[in-house]
Amino acid sequence: MSSFKVFDIAGSGMSAQNLRLNLVASNLSNADSVSSSTEETYKSRHPVFAAQLQDIINKQDSTSGVKVLGVVESNAPLVREYAPNHPMANETGYIFKPNVNSIEEMANMMSASRSYQNNVEVLNTAKQLLIQTLRMGQ
Amino acid sequence: MTISFDKLFGMQPQILQMRGKRSELLASNMANADTPGYKAKDIDFKTALKSAQSGMTPVHLDTTQTNHIGAIDHVGQGHVKYRNPTQASIDGNTVENQIEQAKYAENALRYQASLRFMGGKITGIMTALKGD
Repeated sequence: MSSFKVFDIAGSGMSAQNLRLNLVASNLSNADSVSSSTEETYKSRHPVFAAQLQDIINKQDSTSGVKVLGVVESNAPLVREYAPNHPMANETGYIFKPNVNSIEEMANMMSASRSYQNNVEVLNTAKQLLIQTLRMGQ
Repeated sequence: MTISFDKLFGMQPQILQMRGKRSELLASNMANADTPGYKAKDIDFKTALKSAQSGMTPVHLDTTQTNHIGAIDHVGQGHVKYRNPTQASIDGNTVENQIEQAKYAENALRYQASLRFMGGKITGIMTALKGD
């Protein structure tokens, strides 16, 4: 029955937003991780979302769930700080801090949680409608 | 006299099917609210219902090979249109959550209305059968 597809679609949206929330948590918790070289420093991570286009072509249908194509690291410049007394300082006296923008991450988190809630609501409504359809005539 | 369920329910079954399809579309819009380049879709309900009533599908493409892409297959298919955004976002996404939510709620309500109509018909028949 095609109505059950709503559950798949909303489910894919929820798992995508869940991954986004996980990445926000990872970014925020590593916001102050210090290291002594640019390579070792934590870089802000973001998910890449895409519509499940393949499904549309295969099933000849116009609805599509969300697919997470991957996770990319931000190219924004790292924060370099001159702190010669820091235990992690390199030979020139610099330490490197991640390019995590806490404010951006907080906004990201709110957006992700709202989208998640949206999908949950869709799921609940679809469930109610299905239950009522099953009860029809009783 | 036999009871014809087709006559009894009228257009309601088609409407229900179409509403179900529309709820799928709106759900996929909301699931893809953060997907760059995704375009919001909706069913042109009036024309879709009209063609469902007359039993006509707008375009038909035969798929004679496995890698062919067919055009029509479901209810409401071929009547799916892209939504015109009031405020398009910079990443090419045209989903506006507030609009989708409103449409989804409206669709759910109308689905329930159709269900009520059908339920009413069934109770009517039941009363006639029981005769009390």
